[in-house]
Amino acid sequence: MNEIREAIRQFILATYLPGESAENLGDRTPLVTSGLLDSLAVLELTSFIQKRFGVELDVYDTSAERFNTIEEIAGGIVRKQGQVPSHPGGGGAS
Amino acid sequence: MAQHLAEYLEASADKYRDRPAVVDPTGHTATYGDLNREADALARFLAGRGVGPGDRVGVVLPKGLRAVVSFFGIMKAGAAYVPVDFTAPVERGRQILTDCGVQSVIVDARCLDVLPHASGSGSDLRAVIVAGATSEPLAISTTSFEDAIREGGQPIRRTRSANDLAYILYTSGSTGVPKGVMLTHANALSFVDWCSSIFLPSEEDRFSSHAPFHFDLSILDIYLPIKHGAALYVISEDLGKNPKDLARFIAANQLTVWYSTPSILTLLLQFGDLERHDVSRLRIVLFAGEVFPVKHLRALQRLWPKPVYYNLYGPTETNVCTFARIPAHIPDDRDAPYPIGFACSHCAALILDADGREITGDEEGLLYISGPSVFSGYWNRPVENAAAFLDRDGVRWYNTGDVVRRDANDGFIYVGRKDRMVKRRGYRIELGEIERALYLHPSLREAAVVAAPDVDGTKIVAFLSCHGGKPPSIVDLKMFCGTALPGYMIPDRFVIEDRLPRTSTDKVDYQALKGRAHSLR
Repeated sequence: MNEIREAIRQFILATYLPGESAENLGDRTPLVTSGLLDSLAVLELTSFIQKRFGVELDVYDTSAERFNTIEEIAGGIVRKQGQVPSHPGGGGAS
Repeated sequence: MAQHLAEYLEASADKYRDRPAVVDPTGHTATYGDLNREADALARFLAGRGVGPGDRVGVVLPKGLRAVVSFFGIMKAGAAYVPVDFTAPVERGRQILTDCGVQSVIVDARCLDVLPHASGSGSDLRAVIVAGATSEPLAISTTSFEDAIREGGQPIRRTRSANDLAYILYTSGSTGVPKGVMLTHANALSFVDWCSSIFLPSEEDRFSSHAPFHFDLSILDIYLPIKHGAALYVISEDLGKNPKDLARFIAANQLTVWYSTPSILTLLLQFGDLERHDVSRLRIVLFAGEVFPVKHLRALQRLWPKPVYYNLYGPTETNVCTFARIPAHIPDDRDAPYPIGFACSHCAALILDADGREITGDEEGLLYISGPSVFSGYWNRPVENAAAFLDRDGVRWYNTGDVVRRDANDGFIYVGRKDRMVKRRGYRIELGEIERALYLHPSLREAAVVAAPDVDGTKIVAFLSCHGGKPPSIVDLKMFCGTALPGYMIPDRFVIEDRLPRTSTDKVDYQALKGRAHSLR
């Protein structure tokens, strides 16, 4: 779990907050609702997570309510990793 | 010939009463009959509250049928609509509604804080129409959107003039406050009629409406399909940001005309899994608002080979005024962006040098536009208005501030800007507006914001210095900007220095900062 959080933190710092020190980006720092990550950044982060952790994320998983902090994102990945890989996902028909 | 945008709807409601006019993001479809009836009812309600010609009505709604009904209802009442970004910080919305002194507001229940009333200055609002349920009792008298469009009766009759204001669109202002671009019915009609002549729409067409309604791309999105009895597929703010679902949406609804910024098309290309979807009904792809990097445009054209692509150019002040049709096959070795092309038939274009002399050769100069689509002025900005126009042989020319040069075959080629305005994701940004927001941060002593080219567009870099003590973190600065500025204006990079570089006359040395921004990795 810690490893996942650190990987996400490092990706966000390197990509969107160059020059920032890791302690200023906490596990519970709001990312999306605060404007730290915009919609393009969410897509790029999603793409990074899918490649790095081998999980599929859909629109439900990456909505602001579930994808707003490093803690929530890491929790989502762990849950996904515990699931059977053929899970069809939400599909995004909203 | 129509004299008023509402006539497009009224004519289509006669001819295509039961055809779909607006497909709301919820999936609900309003026919032309429905749309016209609801707009008439809203106009009657507003007129009953004293809203009429010369008035402005703010619209703070998410994209959807209600917003479209509102625009037509307001115009039928004789007033002009002022669309406000539903997702922008409340303070910015309130600034806009206050700046143009709206007499009435149609507002989503989730953003009532935007009302000028909340700041104590808007108690003279004649009507506040609220869409959606309110959780708490309100201090002001309001009407629900449903009640406002419920009343029946005859359509109200207003004297209509093509020179009445139709809408005011706010763009970033160099002084730090957004400025309102005033457009008349005649302005909009001349542009929409030109679109008809080039894109040849029919009632069989299905138009995307991707751009936010406060953005000038929405004028084509809304009024061109309505004029021709076609269907308008309104894309919600959320769907608009989600390329996978957006690609699915385009295919599932068999859209025939797409219009957006290049940024959105690039997102679709990179994240939309486009090869999985059949978009064979798509016949036209329009893009505007910024330069489309050719490598992305070429890749898109390879995936979507059928539609005809057009690069449209024009500031909010004129709407589209030049255009270029992209060749059916973009060569592999082309790197140069496509030109902005030739003046549309309803416009005239002219390049002047710094001394106001016309350039007829291939040197660079400022692009000026004249014609019936040129706006009437900025709301309540006499200084900017005086600077915006040039009278030349009795013709009023608008100075776009864009530097272009002429190519014998390709028409105009966009070169850049002389001032501090930049384009990002299609939005105009005055860098001074970002600086002004940053200066409100208690720890900051100096702020200078510059733009530098990036792989896919423009990167915005803020150079800052602080009053002693611990400097704010980058996370803190980004969040601070997020409370005052829309997302597209938040800088990508923050660089804190002891003191900003100065020129010999003690001004911030922007040239030096641009160089530093350029070399930032």
